Amino acid sequence: MSAPANQNKIIKWVDDRLPIFTLMQHSAIEYPTPRNLNYWWNFGSLAGFMLVVMILSGIFLAMSYTAHVDYAFDSVERIMRDVNYGWLLRYLHMNGASMFFLTVLIHIFRGMYYGSFKAPREVLWWLGILLYLAMMATAFMGYVLPWGQMSFWGATVITNLFSAIPVVGSSIVTWLWGGFSVGNPTLNRFFAFHYLLPFVIFAIMFLHVWALHTVKSNNPLGIDVKGPQDTIPFHPYYTIKDLYGIGLFLMVYLFFVFYYPNLFGEPDNYIPANPMVTPPHIVPEWYFLPFYAILRAVPNKLLGVVMMFSAIIVLFFLPWLDTSRVRSARFRPIYKQFFWIFLADCIVLGVVGANPPEGIYVLMGQIATFWYFFHFLVLLPVLGKVEKTRPLPDSISTPVIKKSMEKA
Amino acid sequence: MRRITVTIVAAAALAAATLGLSPSSASAHEGPALEKQSWSWQGFFGGYDPAALKRGFQVYREVCSNCHSLRLLYYRNLSDPGGPGFSVEEVKKIAAEKEVRDGPNDAGDMFTRFARPSDHFAKPFANDNAARTANNGALPPDLSLIIKARNGGPDYVYNLLMGYKEAPPKMVINPGMQYNTVFPGNQIGMPPPVSEGIVTYADGTKATQEQVAKDIVSFLNWAAEPELVARHTLGLKVLGFLFVLTILFYALKIQIWKRVH
Repeated sequence: MSAPANQNKIIKWVDDRLPIFTLMQHSAIEYPTPRNLNYWWNFGSLAGFMLVVMILSGIFLAMSYTAHVDYAFDSVERIMRDVNYGWLLRYLHMNGASMFFLTVLIHIFRGMYYGSFKAPREVLWWLGILLYLAMMATAFMGYVLPWGQMSFWGATVITNLFSAIPVVGSSIVTWLWGGFSVGNPTLNRFFAFHYLLPFVIFAIMFLHVWALHTVKSNNPLGIDVKGPQDTIPFHPYYTIKDLYGIGLFLMVYLFFVFYYPNLFGEPDNYIPANPMVTPPHIVPEWYFLPFYAILRAVPNKLLGVVMMFSAIIVLFFLPWLDTSRVRSARFRPIYKQFFWIFLADCIVLGVVGANPPEGIYVLMGQIATFWYFFHFLVLLPVLGKVEKTRPLPDSISTPVIKKSMEKA
Repeated sequence: MRRITVTIVAAAALAAATLGLSPSSASAHEGPALEKQSWSWQGFFGGYDPAALKRGFQVYREVCSNCHSLRLLYYRNLSDPGGPGFSVEEVKKIAAEKEVRDGPNDAGDMFTRFARPSDHFAKPFANDNAARTANNGALPPDLSLIIKARNGGPDYVYNLLMGYKEAPPKMVINPGMQYNTVFPGNQIGMPPPVSEGIVTYADGTKATQEQVAKDIVSFLNWAAEPELVARHTLGLKVLGFLFVLTILFYALKIQIWKRVH
């Protein structure tokens, strides 16, 4: 444990008592990172960046928001119209939720493609799934806060899922609502949880990074780091690469914020909540659509709810469901194709979720739901046993050095 | 370079998939196709035309406001930058045309007084029940956010205003209802609100049906998105700044990574 190179006396005094500078030196500067990470590895830091953006914009929004059924909608409009740059804060937060999910989803699919969930990174993967779950809970409750039509009816539909639980279901729903329908107590507790959960997410993210720094990053080749020639220090190489990624990403994000701020939203949410009028189609935000499609693919309510939750729980078992010893899809020609089919399947589920459950969408939803579980429960276990993988390179540095020699 | 290209293509594909997934676009193709109009506030440099907003306000004041409230707006908003550009004096006069209930005064009594710029737009009815009673049971919606609250936004409202046509021969229209091509269910309680010459524009513009519809939609778009001009202006600066910053980051990245390649 070497102390930071900067031997300032005060820093040293603090560091001897609480080695916070040593910690930073080790995990943000020296942290040995595989030298061959591609740009898909930027999405982890982008997700962390988005969490900070969401917490900061959210805290300032909370200062002007009123969690009461009679005032919530108007307080949001007051933020939009009368709070200085309130429209910017709200649009950053609103579109930030979509961007946060986008980065996290790409991050998850990257992990699936390159086998980042496999030993020894199972706990790292679990913490990631927990983050995803906590994010979904936070996003759902946040969407209720503006108290528009979709807020109210989305909350009604989702909380009603718990009524599918046999015997105690309806009592649980009453308990969740704090009344006999979604109302003021519901809104208040959702606000409280929506403020709390991001800090829980922050804590899990800390554990996620801790686990990462213990087992170290995977890489596009999916092979282990063999020695110092395979790694480079995180700073300056990946700090600058992440900054470049943040620059590119911010342009996309802010393009939506400034020019299409309501693209990801539902027009119905600009109508104040009205318990007497049900919107023709109740649609969740886009990042919930695949799960919504799975929920509706099964004609039985309880079974639908079980399937929907299973769709996430199955991810926890992925490290053992995928029996292949080779991590990266680069060396798994068949898995690679099924990965893209799986991604397409998730997008199909999303399209089905966005449309009313009629006609062709019912069958599409059922086939896509079947494929989702088939991929995890049958395909991956079997594929790992029978697939003929391509030979792995000896080390990370060999192909990297070879490539740069060819270039020269 | 190939890898970066692949990355960008993949990112674009994902973005496209996401856009295709967004519920608004998925549900936009319900109902009849809207005739898209070109609006002055579209695009990077888009903003409002103060003259059109002033005309639109005149239509609201003389026609719509008989039934429709605009409850989220204050009279003072009419002189805000990026809006219709009335002067503070004009706004005072406009507000003073309406009476609002205030109080209690020192004696404990409620009283009415002329509205001030700091007041919300006065509502045409005391409450929803009064509005329904006066309108054959239909509730005229508040218009503050109508543009943002409908699929298709300004195009929907424009098509609705222009959508009063002869009903198909077989269709039974309920008493007091009108046939409309874009309204869900094709029966609407609102009588045709815009027609040629329904207002006489203060600026001398000819009040054709299209002109009136366009002006009121412009005004309502401003009412729903009063921040739009500030948003577009700031957006250009921010994206321009980010573009340069990102190029610098990229150059730095190339420079630093030279040591390992």
